Amino acid sequence: MACTAFAIIRLRNLFSVVILSGIFSLLAASLYVLLTAVDVAFTEASVGAGISTLLMLATLAITSEYEKKSERSTLLPKSIVIVTGAVLIYGTLDMPLYGAADAPANLHLIQRFIEESGKEIGIPNIVTSILASYRGYDTLGETVVIFTAAIGVLVLLGHGRNRWRPGKQPKIARDEQEEEV
Amino acid sequence: MFIAASAAIIVAMALTLIRAILGPTIYDRILAVNLFGTKALLLIAIMGFLTERPEFLDIALVYALINFIATIAIMKFFRFSHLGHPHEEDNLGDL
Repeated sequence: MACTAFAIIRLRNLFSVVILSGIFSLLAASLYVLLTAVDVAFTEASVGAGISTLLMLATLAITSEYEKKSERSTLLPKSIVIVTGAVLIYGTLDMPLYGAADAPANLHLIQRFIEESGKEIGIPNIVTSILASYRGYDTLGETVVIFTAAIGVLVLLGHGRNRWRPGKQPKIARDEQEEEV
Repeated sequence: MFIAASAAIIVAMALTLIRAILGPTIYDRILAVNLFGTKALLLIAIMGFLTERPEFLDIALVYALINFIATIAIMKFFRFSHLGHPHEEDNLGDL
């Protein structure tokens, strides 16, 4: 994953960057499966590797294929990223091991959910009662966010549909350009 | 045996990744991403048997479907440079 990320940053050919970001999503999805978060992995594989790759390819058809070199100094952003990453890694040092039985999340909360949620909520499925009742406001907020995003995208697409039709770019010329490089 | 197989698959994944990064033409890269998806689902299936959870096999099947659809979509995009309705002059866009 780290190797893919560095390649994404270094490469100037935007098409290979799109392809590599798809590979990155697939790697992340495999990681989620190994952590037994299968639903998250499905979302990552379909949205990250499927839909967003296509959306970025559609953007590439409108814009150019090569990234411009930027003249500005990258020292400040680099240092900010490195410091933030170091702080995040430092934060994981005293976390309990994955799946440890004495982790705080497994000690009190899970016990209570398993024993009490059937009585408190009245739904036999524990996961459903957590999502729909204990995390009700969270789920409501997520739904609002997704609804707002959908409205925004629809507004943008509806206005741009007739004016910005992606130009018919000759693909053969692009392939020849590839082979010259 | 499962460990050896997963090690071999990880080596193959690394080789595919190198081809995706270096690959001179776009076809190399499309093929690389398709192969990478296949390797990922094989790895998921083997990991399922390795951790004695054979229901990972179903997940790997769904992955195969997603991978197939994504590759078809990318190829179609490169052939027609769009996904939706057919062009004015040729009627092949809705294949």
